[in-house]
This record gives sequence, structure tokens and C-alpha cells, in this order.
Amino acid sequence: MNKLIKLTKYRLFLPITCLLLVLLINVIKTPTFFNITINNGVLYGYIIDVINRGSELVVFAVGMTIVVAASAGTDISVGAVSALAGAVCCYVLSGGEQSTDFYHAPYIVGVLAAILTGMVCGAWNGFLVAKLKIQPMVATLILFTAGRGMAQLITDGQMIYLRVEHFKMLGASIPGVPLPTPVFVAIIVVIITMLLLKKTALGLYIESVGVNAKAARLLGLNSTMIQFLTYTFCGIMSGIAGLIITSRVYSIDANNAGLNLELDAILAVALGGNSLGGGKFSLIGSVIGAYTIQALTTTLYAMSISADQIPVYKAIVVVIIVTLQSPEFARMRKNITAKFSNKQNMKEAA
Amino acid sequence: MDNSVVLTMRNINKNFPGVTALADVDFTLRFGEIHALMGENGAGKSTLIKVLTGVEEFETGEIRMQGIEHPIVNKSPQMAQEIGISTVYQEVNLCPNLSVAENLYVGREPKKAGIIDWKTMNKKSRKILEKLNINIDVTRSLDHYSIAIQQMIAIARAVDMSARVLILDEPTSSLDEHEVEKLFDLMRQLKKNGVGIIFVTHYLEQVYEVCDRITVLRNGALVGEYEVEMLPRVQLVAKMMGKDFDDLAAIKKEDSSVQKDKKGVIIEAKDLGHTGTIKPFDLLLHRGKVVGLTGLLGSGRSELARVIYGADKADHGELHVKGNKLLVGAPIDAMKAGMGYLPENRKEEGIIADLSVRENIILALQAKRGMFKLLGKKEQEDFAEKYIDLLQIKTSGTSIPVKQLSGGNQQKVILARWLLTEPEFLILDEPTRGIDIGTKTEIQKLVLKLAGRGMSVMFISSEIEEMIRTCSRMIVLRDGKKIGELEENELSQSGIMKAIAGGTENE
Amino acid sequence: MVKKLKKIEGNQFLLLITIVLFLVMYAIGCIIFQDKGFTKFQVFLNLFISNAGLIVIATSMTMVLITGGIDISVGSVVALTCMLLAWMMEIKGMGAVPALITVLLIGVLFGLVQGYLVAYMKIQPFIVTLAGMFFARGMTAVISTDMISIKNETFLAWAQAKMYLPFGGYTNKKGIIIYPYIYPSVLIALFVLVLVFIMLKYTKFGRSIYAIGGNEQSALLMGLNVRRTKLKVYILDGLLAFFGGFLFCLNTCSGFVEQAKGFEMEAIAASVIGGTLLTGGVGNVFGSLFGVLIKGTIETFINFQGTLSSWWTKITIAALLAFFIILQSIFAKAKEKKK
Repeated sequence: MNKLIKLTKYRLFLPITCLLLVLLINVIKTPTFFNITINNGVLYGYIIDVINRGSELVVFAVGMTIVVAASAGTDISVGAVSALAGAVCCYVLSGGEQSTDFYHAPYIVGVLAAILTGMVCGAWNGFLVAKLKIQPMVATLILFTAGRGMAQLITDGQMIYLRVEHFKMLGASIPGVPLPTPVFVAIIVVIITMLLLKKTALGLYIESVGVNAKAARLLGLNSTMIQFLTYTFCGIMSGIAGLIITSRVYSIDANNAGLNLELDAILAVALGGNSLGGGKFSLIGSVIGAYTIQALTTTLYAMSISADQIPVYKAIVVVIIVTLQSPEFARMRKNITAKFSNKQNMKEAA
Repeated sequence: MDNSVVLTMRNINKNFPGVTALADVDFTLRFGEIHALMGENGAGKSTLIKVLTGVEEFETGEIRMQGIEHPIVNKSPQMAQEIGISTVYQEVNLCPNLSVAENLYVGREPKKAGIIDWKTMNKKSRKILEKLNINIDVTRSLDHYSIAIQQMIAIARAVDMSARVLILDEPTSSLDEHEVEKLFDLMRQLKKNGVGIIFVTHYLEQVYEVCDRITVLRNGALVGEYEVEMLPRVQLVAKMMGKDFDDLAAIKKEDSSVQKDKKGVIIEAKDLGHTGTIKPFDLLLHRGKVVGLTGLLGSGRSELARVIYGADKADHGELHVKGNKLLVGAPIDAMKAGMGYLPENRKEEGIIADLSVRENIILALQAKRGMFKLLGKKEQEDFAEKYIDLLQIKTSGTSIPVKQLSGGNQQKVILARWLLTEPEFLILDEPTRGIDIGTKTEIQKLVLKLAGRGMSVMFISSEIEEMIRTCSRMIVLRDGKKIGELEENELSQSGIMKAIAGGTENE
Repeated sequence: MVKKLKKIEGNQFLLLITIVLFLVMYAIGCIIFQDKGFTKFQVFLNLFISNAGLIVIATSMTMVLITGGIDISVGSVVALTCMLLAWMMEIKGMGAVPALITVLLIGVLFGLVQGYLVAYMKIQPFIVTLAGMFFARGMTAVISTDMISIKNETFLAWAQAKMYLPFGGYTNKKGIIIYPYIYPSVLIALFVLVLVFIMLKYTKFGRSIYAIGGNEQSALLMGLNVRRTKLKVYILDGLLAFFGGFLFCLNTCSGFVEQAKGFEMEAIAASVIGGTLLTGGVGNVFGSLFGVLIKGTIETFINFQGTLSSWWTKITIAALLAFFIILQSIFAKAKEKKK
């Protein structure tokens, strides 16, 4: 019993349990979930689908985790920013044409344009939050509203198609590699971020600022700069995610690219055992959280629930997770166990 | 219950994680008396008030009120208010966005035909404030007025709630003498009307001016209840500070030759100031000396330190460190020039609660080194171990969150954090607040030891005794202004008191 | 007069800017699009007609924002309301009145759940209502992924009941005087606005809302029941959001999943533009009305201009939102400095 309690206190207990729970549902409901087949040297199957489709979410979640840790607030503009970044990339590469089968500019220019767009958007959010001290949610509301509008402005409200095989590789797979490319992008992003956080003092700085910005400033940290950097970083992540999203469908749909992914990203962070109140964080937790959500989504698809209805389930999961995490719930639980043990004591006394 | 008694609290117990806040505390309040609740910071005064008013729950004990059959347990300030216990807190607990009149009447607005009657409310409010000689526009929002006026409004509100028990929790800390006098008049008037007043204050003079009885708490326990006339000041101080008083006095100061020249100067402030908190001042601080800042709460003693360190950016004057002009844009600049700063408010500005003891200790050094020169795990561990040993920090490990430590040990962690950066000038703002006597003595000894090794220390404390024991020179502040300095030979309790209170030759 | 001007304080100043902004925008419209009929009184009334639902929802949003909270579920709630109404009347054959009552009851329940999580579980309102947003949108899809048009006669009668004003008419080419008209939905929306205004200004509940937004801790210490007040606010908010959805539905007469996307942002923007502080404690529903009218004017501009695309609305609103948010933060900083 004691061991069990200890186990629940382990940081990654929540995300791993949730992931196992989702997988367990599949063992019962759709055993085919775990089948993997090889076709033309590429792996297929639900599981592969989860790791593949979950890639953007992992990238988003990485950015979101850091933002939440440093500012105790969420960046709700990530989905819209990824659409904008995707639109910029497509616009640059297509030279403004609606549909094209060759690049009008070098591929790398498009990639850099997307990342730069994300970075600028992130910097704007960072400026509002860190410098002007506007609540993160409110500050990012501006780009949440404007991001898709600007994306539509760039694409003139149309889809832009890039029918170039090379462009599809980022979102699909590189010939001869059995796993889809997004998986590698996600892994690289996670590794680079991990190195950045663990090999420099940045991780420690972010946690310090997130727990107590005032104290962090007094012991020599530039809280404003650190928060600003996290938002800029989050913007870059949105840009990268935007690239994957556009590459998957070799086009940009300003209305729907990255739609609702901000909730999934926030959910991934919470599911990863991270407090939305900022401070200490676990990047790996968020990554597991992201895959868990994708597993849930894929599971629901496998159970033939329509895409439009999936938010219902996610909303319920969000509410359950944040309720479990809330200090108020912990207090209530403590009260109940106290009462319970009191009763037991009384019984024993009797 | 005796008919003259309005409120009794018996055997009240309350624990916070790791700390006993109240242990078997008794308290009795009679009708028509002003009863001082005294104790050092951390003695349990605030907790007792919170327990009484339902802000905090208590674990065991009994609270009774005259005219109520059963023991009372207030679950909220609202419940307390309903049975006639009103409180005015240290910080103004009103709503800045509401009008003055509303703040007086929130929750009990006068109504006409089911809706709030603003006219009557404003009229009544004017009347209430007129009685207290406060002439202001009651329809303007509260945030237009000074803290002193806001405080008076808070009191007016509590008074108007026809309270039988009125709690004033350090209401005078932001009022000037004239306003304090006005408040005392009001208190005496209420006393005549039979209201029982609990008066929590730091100021001894005020206690002797207006109170009838004193209850003293120390470290969460009751020391005793006394009639004011029966308890001379010195004894009151002794009761508040406890038996260890004599032990403390045994600490000897190091060499204390008067130094006014520029030899060994580390910090020189020329006309340094920050608008709104501290008026421009000049100051010389020397190597190997402990200099105290004294003055009442809000006199600018913390603010003076903050402006040197860059916690508040100076907007006036210059700062020289070891003869070189230093522009302090942020604390990191001051740190790089060899300063360290232990802030007054440990919880809000000192510890990073969720991080480990180790991280809390190495953070300042890490910040000084910069982001890319991360201290290795081994190094961090060694540093932490070293200072845990050196300062005898009681912790079950270097990786447990610092919030799980007791207040005194948290304070030592912050001290360790600064000592690790090997500062030449260390500011300690209330380093001994709310920590046990043993640790207190240790910290005081440490301060003297550090000075002995050549460090310049700025020491701020609201306990004058402590200051006399540790400081070789004192800067006196009043109303956000440096008003003078006291040299070693002038340091005596009465001398300092006089200087703080004003009307001395320093003016 | 001078004395009165002096009394205009930071927050009222924001409201003043909004009103002036609206008047200036409208005047500009009158000048630029004079030949296209922008000056007609009907164009002005159309601002109200097409935004009746938004007026109610912005009003409710203002109330929530004053407590220091937020509700971003309202857009999805509008979609759900329309879908529920359409489904109940067209698929289940219910009457218009029972359908409306059912919807409002669901609104209360929805508000109750959100309110409980915010007030009693102390979860950030943003997270709670984000979940609410997804839940409502998802439920809309659960009911039907196809669009359902409303053909219920009673409902259509409500939707099409033009009420002509006895003045402000103009003579058309055939020499007939055409009087401007409004729909009952406009009157109802304005009625709700006034009711909420009175509630906020003249009831204990209303003042508690301001007190909580001003300083929650103080409000608690002054003896207000913070949790219950917040719960009530979210319940009322749920009710008003569903009611706003009903008014919205009177305009569209259909239910589909993608309906009213981004509506929550319009409501928040209207509130903020109208002088509501996102930090809580300050706000005025009439300001929010002007916020709605400004948004309506922008849309009218784009309609009259003819070549501009619809996304310009979003971008302009976001720009205004940014402008006002930054202005608020500057005011807040100036105030802090003064102390």
C-alpha cells in the first residue's frame, strides 16, 4: 500500500498511467490497434499513426511546456501562428500562385520564412507578457484572433497547393526510411530542447522565474528576458509545427491548419503532470502527454467516432485532469481521508 | 461567563506544516477595554486573529462570546462579522475599484424598492466620515486616496458595523502622528461605548498611551496577560523576547573605531534616491563594519537598501562601489559589483519555494556566472553540502523542496545562497524575522564573524536590541528620509528610540 | 463642466475613447459611402439587428470579466444552441416555446458546471471554459454533423416579425415612404442589457461582482460570499449565453457545427474595447454595447466597400483589441507609479 502511494507521487505517474489506460481500452475494444504492417518498406498501423500524427502536438507541447513553466500562463495563439507560418511558407515557395508543381524559391527559404514568422509572433506575445505584464492568455488572444485572419490575407482566402514531391517529404516519409519524417522532427526538437534546458542553466532559470519571478529577479535573473525568450521559443515551435502540418497536405488551409491544437497542447502539458500554475516542469511528461492525446484521438477514430465529436471526449479528459490536479481537490481528498481515519480510530478505540 | 467579558478564547491550538503556530493559547477580552496583543514577528498574533475571525481554522480549543450559548466556530470573516467581530487588517482590505461609499457599505447597501439607494448610501457615508473628521468625496473610487485615508475608511467601516469586538491589526503603521492621534480618540470613544478592542501593534508607546491590558505571545505560546500599569516597558520587552535575552547580550562586538574618512569605503551613495519610496541620501559604508538601518515600518529603511541594490532602480543620484561609479539597472549589476541582498519578505522575495535546497543555494552564483556556464551536478552538490554544514541547516537532503524547511532554515538557505557568491557587501533585511531564538543568535554571530573577515554588512531589523548588539553604526530614517546617523557611543535603546521618534538634535 | 471633466478618470477615459471612436468611424462611413446609402437610418439599425445575439453575449461576458474571469465557451455555446433548437423543433417535432425553455435550462446547467469548477474547485476560468468550448462544439457535432434548417412556423414568425418605426423613413423612387424597422430580438437584447446594467449597478449581487474583481481577498474579508457569487455569475452567464444563442438563431434560422466560430473573441473584444479591464473590477455593459457597434461598423464598412474580404474584420478587431489591451496596461502602470 505504501509503495503504491509512493508510486503515485512519482512525477511521471500521471502521464504514464493515462497512456496505459488509453492503450488498455484498445486491447479490449480494438485489438487490431497494435498491428503493424510493412508496405513498400514503410511501416503502417495505428501505433505508427499515433507516433506520426502526434509529432506536431509534441512540438507544440514542447513550446507550451516552457511557456507555462516560466509565466504560469498559456499561449493560446499557437494554432493560429502555425497556420500563419504555414501560409507564409507556402506563399514564399509558390511565388503567390494558387497551385504550383515547382518551387519558386529555394525550399530552405520557405522553411526559414515559416520559422521566422513563428519567432516574430512569439516575440510579440513575449513582449506583451514579459514587458507589458499583460496576462498571457489575454496577450495571446490577440494573435489567436488575428493569426488566421493574417494567414487568409496572405493566401487571399484560398488554399495554396504545392504539388512538389520534395515538399511532401517532411510530412510523409523519405524514401527508404521506414518511419514517417515528422517522427524524426519531433525527436530532434525534443533532444535539442532537452540539451538547451539541461546543458545550460536555462531550465533552472525558467523554473525559478516560474515559481517566484520576484525572488528570481532579486537573485540576479532577468525575469523579463527569460519570459520573453520562452514565448519566442514557443513561437518558433509553432513555426516548425506549421511546416509539418502544411507538408502533410502539401497545401495551406488558413482556416483549418492547426485548428484546436492549442487545447491539445495545453492538455498535453497538464497531462504530463505539469502544473498550469508554472514552476517545475517535466518536458518528457509533456511529450508522453502529447502522445497520450494522440493515442486517444486515434483510438476514438478507430472506434469510428467522427472528428467533429472528438472534442467532447477531450473536454471531459481536460476537466478530469485539471480537477485532479487542483489544490482544492487535494484539500477535499485530505479532509475525506482524515475523516475516514478518524472514524477508523474511533472504531478501534471502541 | 463573567458579565464584563465579551470574548474568551481557551486552549487554542493551530499547526502549520512543520510549525506550531498556536499552542494552548488563552485570550480574554472585556467590554470597554483596549487590549494590546503583543509579540515579536512570528509570535502568533496574526494567526490568533485569523483563527478568531474565521480566516484560518483552529484545531482544538474553544471560543465563546457573551450572549451566545454555545461555543462559536467562525468559518468565515462574514460569520465573525455577523456575531459582531469586525477586523481592520494591516494591509488595507478594501476594494480599490469601488467608491469610498461602497467600500463602507459593501454587503449591506441601503435599499429602496429592492434596489441599492446610492443617494442614501453616499449621504450616510459622508456622515460617518464627518464624524471622524475625514472630508473627502465619497463617490470617487478608493484608489484615488492615500493609504492613510484608505486605512481610516477601513476603520470607519468596521466601526459602523456596530461591532462588539473590534480588531485593529497594526492599523497605525501607515498613519502619521496626527492621524494616529485621531484614531486613538476614536478608539477611546468606542471604548466608552463598551466596544472591546483588540489592538495589535509594534509600537510600545502606543500601547502605553491607549491600552488597558496587554496579552503577550511568544513563539505561538501565551506568556501572560497584564494590566498596563503593572508592566513596565523593560519587562514587556523582556517578556516578548523571552529568557534567552541574557544569552544574546553575551555576544561581543569586534573592534569599533569610528571611521568617517574614505579609507576602506566600499559603498558610497551620493544623493541616491527613488521617487516615492526614499528621498535622496548620502551614505558611506566601510569594509568590516556592520551598519544598521533603523526607523519605524515604512520609514524607508528597506527602501534605502533596495535602491542601493537595484531592487528598485534609482532615479536620482549616483552610486559608487570601491570608488567606481556603478549604474545599477537590475540586481544582477549590483551582484557583479560584489553585493548580496537578503530581502525582507522571505516567502515572496527570498525563497523559490518549489525548487530544492541545492538549487536555492546555487542560484545566485549561477545567475552571476551566466546561462551558459552551468555548474556541474557535482559542484552544485558540494557547494550545497558545504553550506548546509557551515550554517547547520537542518534538512533531510539537498534535493528536497526548500518550502519543506522551517522558516529559520529557509533563511539560512538564502544566507548560504549569498555567502556562496562571496559578496563584499551584504544587505540583510530582517534576517531574523519569524525564526526561533536559537537560530537568531546564530545569525547574529555569523554577521559579526563576516564583518570580522572584512565584509561590509547592512543590517535591518525592527528589534532595536538586536541592532545594538550587532551594529557599529546606525542610520536613522523617518518618513522615507535619512535623518541622521548614530555612532557607536550613541547607540542605546533610548537614544535610538528618541532618534526614531524624532524631535532630537538630528533634525 | 470643467469640474465634471476633471472627474473623468482613467477607466471612464477608456470608455470615452470608445464612444468617440465609434462616432468617428460612423461619420467616416457616412462620408465615404454616402452615395451607397450608409447614411440611412436603417443601416444604423442593422448594426443592432445583425448583432442582437452578440449584444447579449457581450453583456454577459462583461459581467464575467468584471469578476476577473473569462468565458471562451460562448461561441461554441451559440452553435450548440442553434443546433439544439433546430434539432428539437425539426427532428423531434417540439414546439418553439418548449424548445426554447429546454435550451435555457441546459444553459443554466452548463453554467452551473462551469461555475462549480471555477468557484469551488478553483480551476482557472480560462481552462474550464476552454473545455466548455470544446464540449459544446463537440456536442453540436454529436447531435448532427449536417446542417438543419429551421422551418417551425412559430419560430420563423418570431424571426421575421418586423417592427416599423414611426419615424426616420425616406421616400423611395416610387414615392412610397419606407420606414426603418427592427426585429423584436433587438428590443429583447437591449432589454437584457438594461436589466444587467441595473443588476450590476443597483443590486448587492452586482456590487459584489465588482468587489470580487477589485480585490477578491478583500471581498472575502469584507464578508462577501465570494464563491457563491462567482457560481451565480457563471450560472447567469450560461443562461445568457444560451439566450444569446437563441437570438443569434433568429437571424440564421439554422444549426450547423461550424456556426459562430470565433464568436467568443468578438464578445471579449467588444467588452475590452468598451472599457472592461481584463484584470477585473472595472467594466460597463454600455461600453460593451459600443464595442459591439464598432465591430458591426467594421463589418458594414467591409460590406459597403465590396472588394475587401471578410478576414479584414478579424484583423481589424484584433488590432483594436491589441490597441486597447496595451492602453489598459499603460494606464495600470501609470496608476501604480503614481503611488
